[in-house]
Amino acid sequence: MSSAAAPAASRPWWRVLAGNQNRNLWFWAFVGPFFVGLLIFVYIPILWSLYLSFFDARNTVTPTDFVGLQNYATMLTDPNFLSSLGTFALFAVFIVPVTFVFSLGLALAINRTRWFQAFYRSAFFLPTACSYVVASLVWKMAIFNGLPSGLANTVLSWFGIGNIAWLSITDPPWYWLVLVTLRLWLQVGFYMILFLAGLQRIPPILYEAAAIDGAKPGWQTLRYITLPQLRATSAAVLVLLLINAFQAFDEFYNTLSSFGSYPPYARPPLVYLYFIAFGREQNLGQGSAGAIILAVLVGLVTILQLRFLRERDGARR
Amino acid sequence: MTSAAAQRVRAPHLSGGGVRQPPLERAGAILRTVLLVLGALLFLIPFYLIIRTALATEPEIAELEFTLWPAKAQWQNFADVFSNSQVPFARALLNSVLVSVVQTVLTVVLAALAGYGLARIPYRYSGLVSGLVLATLMIPAAVTFVPTFVMVSSLGWVSSLRGLIIPGLFSALAVFLFRQQFSDFPRDLEEAGRIDGLGYFGVFWRIVVPNTGAVFAAIGAITFLASWNAFLWPLVIGQDPNSWTIQVALSAYTTSQNPNYSQLFAAATIATVPVLLLFVGLQRFIRQGYESTGSTG
Repeated sequence: MSSAAAPAASRPWWRVLAGNQNRNLWFWAFVGPFFVGLLIFVYIPILWSLYLSFFDARNTVTPTDFVGLQNYATMLTDPNFLSSLGTFALFAVFIVPVTFVFSLGLALAINRTRWFQAFYRSAFFLPTACSYVVASLVWKMAIFNGLPSGLANTVLSWFGIGNIAWLSITDPPWYWLVLVTLRLWLQVGFYMILFLAGLQRIPPILYEAAAIDGAKPGWQTLRYITLPQLRATSAAVLVLLLINAFQAFDEFYNTLSSFGSYPPYARPPLVYLYFIAFGREQNLGQGSAGAIILAVLVGLVTILQLRFLRERDGARR
Repeated sequence: MTSAAAQRVRAPHLSGGGVRQPPLERAGAILRTVLLVLGALLFLIPFYLIIRTALATEPEIAELEFTLWPAKAQWQNFADVFSNSQVPFARALLNSVLVSVVQTVLTVVLAALAGYGLARIPYRYSGLVSGLVLATLMIPAAVTFVPTFVMVSSLGWVSSLRGLIIPGLFSALAVFLFRQQFSDFPRDLEEAGRIDGLGYFGVFWRIVVPNTGAVFAAIGAITFLASWNAFLWPLVIGQDPNSWTIQVALSAYTTSQNPNYSQLFAAATIATVPVLLLFVGLQRFIRQGYESTGSTG
């Protein structure tokens, strides 16, 4: 009688929680372990850092000295922090376009080659399996070691160019060449794979139609078919390149620091943050403020970039 | 359209060294091949340098001239790595193997379960949970290293395997990729399983998992590589040399005073060759995994 009148009320509360056919239970059995971990190791740390960023937290994670926005003010007026953003900008100006052009060029060339496609693809893709630490070691100690026996100086000597101390001088800042070529070598294959996948998704019929319409193969088809068809891939590549450049740490740390100390120049944001939070001071309050400023910056850049690309995409249609 | 006609109109984008190619296109094809071959060789040089230096003697490395190949390959260097007095390479290698294997297995299990739950089990707050998971994709992991360190150090996990492994297990990207794959899985097959009396877990374990091996291989291989090559987090958390991974050990030795070059490169070889072989073996899956990463942006 009651079951007909109010079926929901008659069900005990645990049945309601468990859901129809225990679906809610099953959902949490599947998703729960991951989700709890995500809360504990991603969300809570971020909130905790937000809390820490308002305290004077040197060498401690349970501070008592509330300083308000002082850490943010310190960070945003610290010339070293601002110059770390400058270092990132400079690095991005080099690495983003260079990697973009090279990976696109490689993908186009390999896509058009008939023989040994798999070999070329593997050769350029292989470095992505290498760690930045190992690459830094090779770049620092075998290619750009600044000695006459280094590979770069050996090659230059064939052209009568004298020895260059690549990493130990700042004027001219040759270390940029070292850092950019290193990251290019390690990353270009990854983006090449993305472009190759994008190229393979272009329907061949478009090229057939263009040929019928009299488009010349080469520049015209590239400009009016291939590149527009790759727009989504290009957008993804640009966002990934920028975010990855922003997170640069490994190769800077490993090529530039020696005997346990890092030079005062060429500190990208994460290197700067690392030394604030884990250097002599262990200033976790200021480090947290820095982490939050950087996270907000990355988020903003990503959103702006995606919106910009989407708008342009919309405008074209 | 006959196939011959189709062949002719398709020609512009197919290219290659056909017989009736116009000279300009032919020159382009030759130039392209030359550049690709040179580029590919250039890209393999660093691997050659690692092995060459690993097999050389210290005096050969100290020479003024570039040494193309050591006069006699010093295989002894590889054994010497493990008796290095400055850096515990053997322990670091063991740590790396433990961390990478455990991290790969657990990441794949956790992410596959979560991906399936989000893709297939109807739940009122499923959208909210999805949103919270995907939002973490917007936050680059490297920016959260300070917050995560705060958390992990308050748990007392600094310089421990737990501290190295556990914080990295919750990859929203892996969940996202699994969810995408499982959403594309044919529902008919799952329905058939349900009719045969399988529950959610039965369908997942007996029907979905055996038929989506490729995505498991892809995500597993990518996770393993990332875990093996990780540097910033192991550096931050591994404050005691006994908890160093191979990357941290290499870095410590690189930046130390007077490292032994051939031992350093021998250690780098040991750290690189196994993953390189794995990478070559699983290249197809890794490529597919990266391709779907790229298309998600």
